[in-house]
Amino acid sequence: MTNDSPDAALRRQIAVKNFNFYYGKYHALKNVNLEVFKERVTAFIGPSGCGKSTLLRTFNRMYDLYPDQRTEGEILLDDKNILDRGVDLNELRAKIGMVFQKPTPFPMSIYDNIAFGIGLHERLSRVDLDERIEWALQKAALWDEVKDKLKQSGMGLSGGQQQRLCIARGIAIKPEVLLLDEPTSALDPISTMRIEELLHELKREFTIVIVTHNMQQAARVSDFTAYMYLGELIEFGVTDEIFVKPKKKQTEDYITGRFG
Amino acid sequence: MSSNLARVRKIKNQLALTVSLTAMMFGLFWLIWILATTIQLGVGGFSLTLFTEMTPPPGSDTGGLANAIVGSLLLIVLATLVGTPMGVLAGIYLAEYGRHTWLGKTTRFVNDLLLSAPSIIVGLFIYEIYVAKVGHFSAFAGVAALALIVIPVVIRTTENMLQLIPDTLREAAYALGAPKWLVIGKITLRASIAGVMTGVLLAVARISGETAPLLFTALSNQFWTLDLNAPIASLPVTIFKFAMSPFKDWQQLAWAGVFLITLGVLSLNILARILFRRRDQ
Repeated sequence: MTNDSPDAALRRQIAVKNFNFYYGKYHALKNVNLEVFKERVTAFIGPSGCGKSTLLRTFNRMYDLYPDQRTEGEILLDDKNILDRGVDLNELRAKIGMVFQKPTPFPMSIYDNIAFGIGLHERLSRVDLDERIEWALQKAALWDEVKDKLKQSGMGLSGGQQQRLCIARGIAIKPEVLLLDEPTSALDPISTMRIEELLHELKREFTIVIVTHNMQQAARVSDFTAYMYLGELIEFGVTDEIFVKPKKKQTEDYITGRFG
Repeated sequence: MSSNLARVRKIKNQLALTVSLTAMMFGLFWLIWILATTIQLGVGGFSLTLFTEMTPPPGSDTGGLANAIVGSLLLIVLATLVGTPMGVLAGIYLAEYGRHTWLGKTTRFVNDLLLSAPSIIVGLFIYEIYVAKVGHFSAFAGVAALALIVIPVVIRTTENMLQLIPDTLREAAYALGAPKWLVIGKITLRASIAGVMTGVLLAVARISGETAPLLFTALSNQFWTLDLNAPIASLPVTIFKFAMSPFKDWQQLAWAGVFLITLGVLSLNILARILFRRRDQ
């Protein structure tokens, strides 16, 4: 569904190799192998509990916040294993941004919501900071709506605006990869459409990985799709092929709505 | 059959409603009586001299509660200044760092004990470890006792308020690459600041009326003093002393003091509610 051919000059951004994930004793992801390509949108689809969010959350090591979660295998970002003990998580998360299911504006002004993340990694002059914040809000297609109320609280925006604020906050620190965990499932159709349009713009500069429950959404926005079921990666490939002629019966059953 | 069931359910519902309404009215009745008595007997003693003159010897025509009011304010402010940072920091530890650790669980349990411990025990404890050692009562000892009452209240509310902050907000901050102390300082504490302040105000309201811990620590003083190393007057202890006396003018002052504390605690509670409501918006 995308204008530019997905095969043109593919460069690898993330490689998942023989990856296993455990919540305590529960084996949540089983021997997953997958590649995410630079400046493309990769979608993870599958029924609830299939492990798609779990996989997404390993890319920025979110699981480190909770005890009893364990991994095996490798996840390479630019050929370095991000699962290594020595990895600086704050640096990793500067390279890999994330937007969550529910909008999560911080309890501060719209301006400070974005400045907070930038200030963690860079020291910018006032002028440069203003410029960066405008840039991020422009990119997130929110600038026109908030430019006159940057000092107002981010909590006062509508759900769709809050989610775009979270996207602006994520891209303001100029990550290489943007992870989106069901970013539109709490939004109305119009806000959803705006965010989907946004993804088309954003993939010119960022690598995007999106988890979605909505198969039409995956078909609309992604270049590559991974179908997961019960912790296993069933099929991974170019989105058009997955949706038009899937290789596996299980995938076909799911995308045609016979299951899931 | 089903209409019969519905009728039974309706009767049960009315019964439950009647019982709970009666219980509520029983409780409110006494509360309103107490408030009415306080106002009725307290207002009579209200005058400017209440705030300008010292506690009088029995039988004198004039006299106020100036030294007790200032003493109480001093004790409350200092105890809050000592207790709040400790309580907030310990609450942060329990909610953000030690949530599932052995130390955290033990601290939470001990804190709950402290929260419900009779305040006279706190007074006796300070008496034993400080007053008896230095050999005299003092405002310092009073501040220590009141601070010990403030700390568990503030720990509890801080922890509860931080736990109300959804983990998704923390995750969002971590996902930007923020270190833990910044996530707490700039995000979670900020999001719960109104609740934490409410806890502090409730702790202040609580110690405003505490008498027992002061009897063993700050004692009381007939005269004006700001010396923290000497016994100091306070409203609750003065009320206790004056109300028990046979002198009419002392009793009148005691009621005025009761009215004053009630007014103070009432306004603190209202302030706390306003703060809390703002947090919800």
